[in-house]
Amino acid sequence: MEIPDLPNLAARIRLDVLEMIHAAGSGHPGGSLSAVEILVQLFFREMKAGADRDRFILSKGHAAPALYAVMAARGMLPRSELSSLRRLGSRLQGHPDMHRLPGLDSSTGSLGQGFAAAVGLARGLRLSGSSARVYCLLGDGELQEGAVWEAAAGAAHAGLGNIVAIVDCNGVQLDGPVDSIKRQKPASERWLAWGWHALDLDGHSFESLEEAFREARAVSMPVALCARTVKGRGVSFMEGSCAWHGRCPDASELERARGEIGANP
Amino acid sequence: MKTKPTREGWIEGLLEAAGRNDRIVLLDADVSRSIGGERFADRFPARHFNVGVSEQEMISEAAGLALAGFVPFVQSYAVFCAGRAWEQIRTSVCHMGLGVKIGGAHAGLSAGPDGATHQALEDVAVMRVLPGMTVLVPADSNQTRAAAITAAETEGPFYVRFGRNPVPEIYPEGCRVVPGGADVLREGSDVLLAAAGAMVGVCLDAASMLQASGISAAVVNAYSIKPLASDLLVELASRCGCAVAAMDHQEAGGLFGAVSELMARRCPVPVEPVGVPDSFGESGSPEEVFARFGLTAEGVASAAVRVVSRASR
Repeated sequence: MEIPDLPNLAARIRLDVLEMIHAAGSGHPGGSLSAVEILVQLFFREMKAGADRDRFILSKGHAAPALYAVMAARGMLPRSELSSLRRLGSRLQGHPDMHRLPGLDSSTGSLGQGFAAAVGLARGLRLSGSSARVYCLLGDGELQEGAVWEAAAGAAHAGLGNIVAIVDCNGVQLDGPVDSIKRQKPASERWLAWGWHALDLDGHSFESLEEAFREARAVSMPVALCARTVKGRGVSFMEGSCAWHGRCPDASELERARGEIGANP
Repeated sequence: MKTKPTREGWIEGLLEAAGRNDRIVLLDADVSRSIGGERFADRFPARHFNVGVSEQEMISEAAGLALAGFVPFVQSYAVFCAGRAWEQIRTSVCHMGLGVKIGGAHAGLSAGPDGATHQALEDVAVMRVLPGMTVLVPADSNQTRAAAITAAETEGPFYVRFGRNPVPEIYPEGCRVVPGGADVLREGSDVLLAAAGAMVGVCLDAASMLQASGISAAVVNAYSIKPLASDLLVELASRCGCAVAAMDHQEAGGLFGAVSELMARRCPVPVEPVGVPDSFGESGSPEEVFARFGLTAEGVASAAVRVVSRASR
């Protein structure tokens, strides 16, 4: 696969995300935009394809628009289909549904469950003798779900070296800043305490992501990558705002965002 | 009559199925000693995972293991697996259509002395509303063994409910169960006694008592709560003109709920519950607690007399 110009690809994905949500009339722009570089890095550079392919579970299922846009860019679904997001009968459900859309490794949307299923999947792949790795993207607000830590302890106890959790630490959840609702900092130290290898990184820097995933591959224990990101990244009036967790941009807001993102199609 | 706890049948069936299929794995949540999971761990150590006191993780991880191509069995006390991890079962297991086989142990009033926190009286109600879920409530140990084997050999999610204490053996070794099945254990023409689990033996006793007072009762073991053996139950209920539904579960949502929904649609005859009314259980020996709620042969016989009288009015 030819590696495209990643920053420009990320910009195009951001536009796709906002156009999809605008067309659907609802969706989650903030947490989709914060996860774009992470998803691009995973789908274009990190994950191994083929018979023993790596798996990906979007535990923060509300970032589905970003996942669909990246999958379309990767050729896993027609880009023209993106406009069907959230429509009756669409393969692109409001939260990922693996039975509708081939290429998804799990259905997700109820926070905490995707991660725990990812740990079970990693356990099963190891039991099967597979060399495949499991990548799971969580939100930092999602860490408030207790089941995340049940499964984190389970993975550490089992010594699962084939799972990488990436936490999209955008610091904002639906009701406000994560710090004001129920603080999850210092995120990486929490994962360390649970027996994981953990590191902090800049979740919008492809260089930083590249380096972190390289380190994750070199470690033989479960790894948590705590990626500092900005909710609504790339659109000035959405950045850092809980109001844009689940709000749909209107036509003029979409136009302003388009001007700021400025992707080359 | 020989008695044996249904949980022993569960683990025996699981061991038999796992001996034939090396994709079967078992997850426990720190109650493997009381359910029998340690026997599985001894025989198949690589395929047994004790996740500790973490039922939500257990169910979600089972979903992940199913995604990896395994046939995961999970087990805990029915309150904790069916109750605490209900949404994991709903979303990660049923919505994804994954073949996770759930064993709800110590169910109903069989957890007697442990009291209300440990007596699952709602588990069947919350399991049977889940799309795609099969719910089996076997009557004795041999039938529980068969239910575990059927769950292992049939696609899709299963919930199998069983108890802690010895119950009379009604079925022979090597019996079979099928989703949607039910067995007529006694023919009768005046009232249908539909029962599940520990109440099957109680209903057989009640039918003998009723016969002495001139009432002919048919007894059906409706072990498949979902799918229900609808045609058979409708045929018998319409022939008898009334029915009793007996289970050590809350009346709402259990066998009474299932039978009443069926009759409302297809055969509007009166149905009387024998079960726990809208309330929690309490501590006591299983016999005492069953008696406290009228889950006895006398209780069933009284319900039958009441419903026969309602039908003939």
